[in-house]
Amino acid sequence: MTNPAASPISSHKRYFFEKFGITERLLERCLGEALSAGGDYADLYFESVTATALGVDEQIVKSASQGTSAGCGVRVISGERTGYAYTDNLGPERLLHAARTAALIASGPAKQPVQGFTEAPNADLYPVPLGGYDLDLAARLELILRADRAARAFDSRVVQVRASYSEELRRVLIAGSDGAYASDTQPLCRLNVFVIAKDGAITTKGSAGGGGRAGLEQFTGSKSPEGLAREAARGAILQLGAVAAPAGEMEVVLGPGWPGILLHEAVGHGLEADFNRKKTSAFAGLIGQSVASSKVTVVDNGTIAGRRGSLNVDDEGSPTQETVLIEGGVLKGYLSDKLSSRLMGCANTGSGRRESYQSIPMPRMTNTYMLAGDDAPEDILRSVKRGLYAVNFGGGQVDITNGKFVFSASEAYLIEDGKITAPVRDATLIGNGPEALKYVSMVGNDLRLDEGIGTCGKDGQSVPVGVGMPTIKLDKMTVGGTGR
Amino acid sequence: MVQAVNPSSESILDMESLTADVVARAVKAGATDAEAVVREGDEFSVNVRMGEVETLKESGSRGLGLRVFSGKRSATASTSDLTSDGIRQLVEGAMALVKVTEEDPFTGLPDREEFGTVAGDLHLYYDDVYSLDGKQRIEWARRAEAAALEADPRITNSDGGSFDAATGRMVLANSRGFVGGYRTSYAGVSAAPLAMDANGQMQRDGWWSSARSFAHLDSPEDVGKEAARRTLRRLGARRVATQRVPIVFSAEVARSLVGSVFEAASGDAIWRSASFLAGKLGESIAAANINIVDDHTMLLGSGAGGYGTSPFDGEGLPSRRTIVVENGVLQTYLLNTYTARKLGMKSTHNASRGLAGTPGVGCGNLYLEPGTLTPEEIIAQIPAGFYVTGLMGFGTNTVTGDYSRGATGLWIENGQLTHAVEEVTVAGNLAEMFKNVTAIGNDLVFRSSVASPTLRIDGMTVAGA
Repeated sequence: MTNPAASPISSHKRYFFEKFGITERLLERCLGEALSAGGDYADLYFESVTATALGVDEQIVKSASQGTSAGCGVRVISGERTGYAYTDNLGPERLLHAARTAALIASGPAKQPVQGFTEAPNADLYPVPLGGYDLDLAARLELILRADRAARAFDSRVVQVRASYSEELRRVLIAGSDGAYASDTQPLCRLNVFVIAKDGAITTKGSAGGGGRAGLEQFTGSKSPEGLAREAARGAILQLGAVAAPAGEMEVVLGPGWPGILLHEAVGHGLEADFNRKKTSAFAGLIGQSVASSKVTVVDNGTIAGRRGSLNVDDEGSPTQETVLIEGGVLKGYLSDKLSSRLMGCANTGSGRRESYQSIPMPRMTNTYMLAGDDAPEDILRSVKRGLYAVNFGGGQVDITNGKFVFSASEAYLIEDGKITAPVRDATLIGNGPEALKYVSMVGNDLRLDEGIGTCGKDGQSVPVGVGMPTIKLDKMTVGGTGR
Repeated sequence: MVQAVNPSSESILDMESLTADVVARAVKAGATDAEAVVREGDEFSVNVRMGEVETLKESGSRGLGLRVFSGKRSATASTSDLTSDGIRQLVEGAMALVKVTEEDPFTGLPDREEFGTVAGDLHLYYDDVYSLDGKQRIEWARRAEAAALEADPRITNSDGGSFDAATGRMVLANSRGFVGGYRTSYAGVSAAPLAMDANGQMQRDGWWSSARSFAHLDSPEDVGKEAARRTLRRLGARRVATQRVPIVFSAEVARSLVGSVFEAASGDAIWRSASFLAGKLGESIAAANINIVDDHTMLLGSGAGGYGTSPFDGEGLPSRRTIVVENGVLQTYLLNTYTARKLGMKSTHNASRGLAGTPGVGCGNLYLEPGTLTPEEIIAQIPAGFYVTGLMGFGTNTVTGDYSRGATGLWIENGQLTHAVEEVTVAGNLAEMFKNVTAIGNDLVFRSSVASPTLRIDGMTVAGA
């Protein structure tokens, strides 16, 4: 439920003022305390999260859970040093204690005053329920029951179905000693279907999910319970007849949407400013150089309405934006937070994110995708003599220092003489970030963003992200199967 | 030197009575059974990079989880608000949710006679983890990094050295009379150096030491030197041709294979038939010399409790030692109360319990018993093969057993380690891989709760250039 008449900013902020007794005077006192030992910059990150989850399993609504947590993290920066303390008790004494603890990263007399707060206008990328948060559980249950029915009806070889729905509402209030003052209410929900199929001695799994920062109305079309259920069941049934994946270097065609995880691993992490400031990334010093074929343009965009990776403001209170990472194959820029932008003299791209109030923010991706090209997907497939067509993936990982990345195909097919033939079993694809995209020879006209399922891990912190891509062809990439 | 320094000095809650009180409130609100868990913890960490403090973090937090039953229906709730008001909302929330769920004939707490706690001190908590003062903690991190940086001129950069300490306390109570709790402690020191070769190629690796007692940690210098050695040996890495050769999984990576067996033998995967080990109880699933044990009661050589040791499991059943695989034969599935009831079996006391949600299945100290060969002896027997020291990605499918992961390591030629290898995958199927274990190392060391000696596995495919 949204109420466009009320100013969103004041309502986000009011929540903390009313529920926890926070005042602007207290924020100023805490920031003053945080800078009392001579820090250059300090910020406070208040967070309150309510989460709900429902699960149907074996046609029974077996699980229902809810969780609430609230806390505040205090950060103090002194030169390149960061001091951090947090508390789950939002009383003034505990907040001031956390501020004093974080302050000790610096040593000396206070030198930086706390600036007056300036509230920037918020973007409005997602619907925000106002007032209470009384969920219509019946409507949510209906989604997973529909998914369960559809998955079972898909094929008699579907033997297990689990469907789950989860939803959270995160409220944040951020105040910085530089005057930054922002608040936001961030909804996020997700519907998942998990299927086991069995045929004789062969058992396989399939899964599908979708969601975003939007209400239940988003679960239509390919993201409808039936659409997701069919997708999960289809994946499991397909695997029943899969052959061994090939092994070695070959032409690889990646389908549109979620296979964009390639970009997240191959280039995205390597372009996070902290790694480049410390020169620990294989992309360090490559700005202005060619790192991909001229057909490749990659952006990170935190401003797409309703997407899982989108945010009105990042977790340092800066507005998110669209940042061009690679344009026509040339490396254009890094993703930066306040600390790296100050130390490197580069733009703050509104990429400072954190998992929770217990975590120190760092540069992270939002929604990362490749722009569409001119090729028809059919032409791309037709051009391949012998290769792999991968349309769905599990997770990926990258070693940012040597640039090597992997991502695991969960639905892929052999391409023989331009035609899709047999489905293959799970296989990991591996490549070298600064090199891999140089082999992109065709880019499809069918850009698609994923359904809203991505979670990115860095230094033990998980944050929701999105990826996207049109169909693309890589002239070579290593496929890690067992076959010939 | 050993003294208790607890940074969260705020009013120490009587956690046991709080937990029992939450259970009583749930029963009063209409729950036919209830179970509550309270966790309290504090952490300290410092990272030093290029000799300067980069981050320093110090804090504590608490949380409360509640599971309620209404006959054969159940629901869960959790909160970080442990005030009377927070607890009231928690109980109300859980009781509202339990009306939403449906009857599941297998749900419920364990039977009364099953509860219990391992007697005696399991040595899980040492108050010396906070014995260093703030400056000394920074100094430990700095020393670990410095030892790595000084080890070799090719070590040119660093992700830093770190020192961490943490303590925690948990209490579990339920409406069938169980109340138990224990404290844990942790200290760790690590280093993550970067090396660069003549061509400007960079490599990064690291090493760490962790222990329940500060006194049991390796020295920062030992950690830094080992981190440097591991980083330097990756320099000059190249791809190899696609081929089928014997793979030697070093102990640090072989442990993930043992973890996959546990996952595949876990009750939740078994009752769903979502495992390559479903229906394989009593059958040979591995080479005849393979024994896998899950011991929740083990003490380490230092005298401290193992990283997976605890007095009771996540449902209040006494911890035990379970033989999972003996002489290659699968002896048991790993079960909590729910999965045991689904399979018509008894719990193996493997319930794991976080704050939120229903109990899962978790391991204690899970290990593959060592053999007699040194890693060098295993390598010496191989004319051409791949010694894997690092794995990447998530390419383990425990439903089908399909295994395909990114790998780094060293190439074996004529029984000797030659050059470093990267950007290749290793692939096979777990069901076949465990039958094709042709050598087991004598180098079992517990560095975390899951451990394995070096393993040689034949018949796998290396995919590269």
